[in-house]
Amino acid sequence: MVTIDEIWQKLEEISDPEIPVLSIVDLGIVRVVDVKEGVAHVVITPTYSGCPAMNVIEEEIQSKLTPFIKLDLSTQLSPAWTTDWMSEAGKEKLKAYGIAPPVDGPGGMFSEVKVPCPRCDSSNTKLVSQFGSTACKSFYQCNDCFEPFDHFKCHR
Amino acid sequence: MKNELIDYVLHLADTSLILGQRLGEWCGHAFVLEQDIAITNISLDLIGQSRSLYQYAAELLNDGRDEDALCMMRNEREFKNLLLVEIPNGDFAQTLARQFYFDVYHELQCQALLNSKDERLKAIAEKSLKEVRYHVTWSAEWVIRLGDGTQESHDRIQKSINEVWMWTEELMSTAPYEKELIEKGIAPDSSSFKIPWMNKVKEILKEATLTLPADETKQSGGKVGTHTEFLGYILADLQHIQRSYPGLKW
Ligand SMILES: [Zn+2]
Repeated sequence: MVTIDEIWQKLEEISDPEIPVLSIVDLGIVRVVDVKEGVAHVVITPTYSGCPAMNVIEEEIQSKLTPFIKLDLSTQLSPAWTTDWMSEAGKEKLKAYGIAPPVDGPGGMFSEVKVPCPRCDSSNTKLVSQFGSTACKSFYQCNDCFEPFDHFKCHR
Repeated sequence: MKNELIDYVLHLADTSLILGQRLGEWCGHAFVLEQDIAITNISLDLIGQSRSLYQYAAELLNDGRDEDALCMMRNEREFKNLLLVEIPNGDFAQTLARQFYFDVYHELQCQALLNSKDERLKAIAEKSLKEVRYHVTWSAEWVIRLGDGTQESHDRIQKSINEVWMWTEELMSTAPYEKELIEKGIAPDSSSFKIPWMNKVKEILKEATLTLPADETKQSGGKVGTHTEFLGYILADLQHIQRSYPGLKW
């Protein structure tokens, strides 16, 4: 019999295909894990509507869990995912990987949110584009060490 | 009422899909890499939103068609997207004018749908709104940047702001299938967007040193399936692989 804790552990082993240092648990997209009458119920939520990683993640959850237990996997949109659901460990891993973790700010037009450089920690950085290499990232550059880097967008 | 709801969900889905497809045409063609990526990110968000809506429509229809069938196997007259989203990309200024008018409307629509009595539409709107806020910030910033930029950029964005204007009235129009849904609190009344939409458009145009177009010719019909000559070509591009090889999967 597989326990809820064991399912969480197995889910921890699945990484986000676009940001391999983060597990789907770090990312905060696993909403519910439950076991009832021998069936595992797992509910996940997408980060962005068009996130192409979702299909791959679903397949990985299937292949990870179905050898051990019957799986009922579903997707839920509301409440919508926010970066607040990302774990602290996840944020540390992102920074070590060279992606600035989400920084909140006033947002809006011509936003001047200062995102510290993940390489040298300088706050003297500039936004290059609100849209980066994937839907969840914006693109920055450090004015001190000149490192171009991704920022995991704060999504509230 | 179920048929009305299906038509309404398809109208929302088709609008996001067709605009997503149009923006996708920019992939590899934009003037700088960062904006190429921005435009295609917005495209991806819209196509993702349309998927959630098509999935819902497929469940309501319950006739064996799935999201792909609804997107790939319906004919031009069955599409209910706004005419605004099917007009050609033109130059960057035209794409931007179309996007700006749409984004301001889309944000108001998603906000209003948060109060929908339909839980599924409400959830999709809640998810979409977070993305749409980025879109409207992007398009409004660029309208300002071009309008308040050089003489050349100012003239070109003003020209597009004027030319695209004729397609905007439909955004605030009501299709027959919406009437009952409005009464039941499922769909917002699009005419209620008129004032906030106009206020936001005026505010941004003013900051961009641009002038609001004068009321002239207006064109509508997309919401009830009467399209411009452009939609057929979009669908040919979008659907031809599935039409040639039905059921084909990547
Ligand atoms: Zn640096």
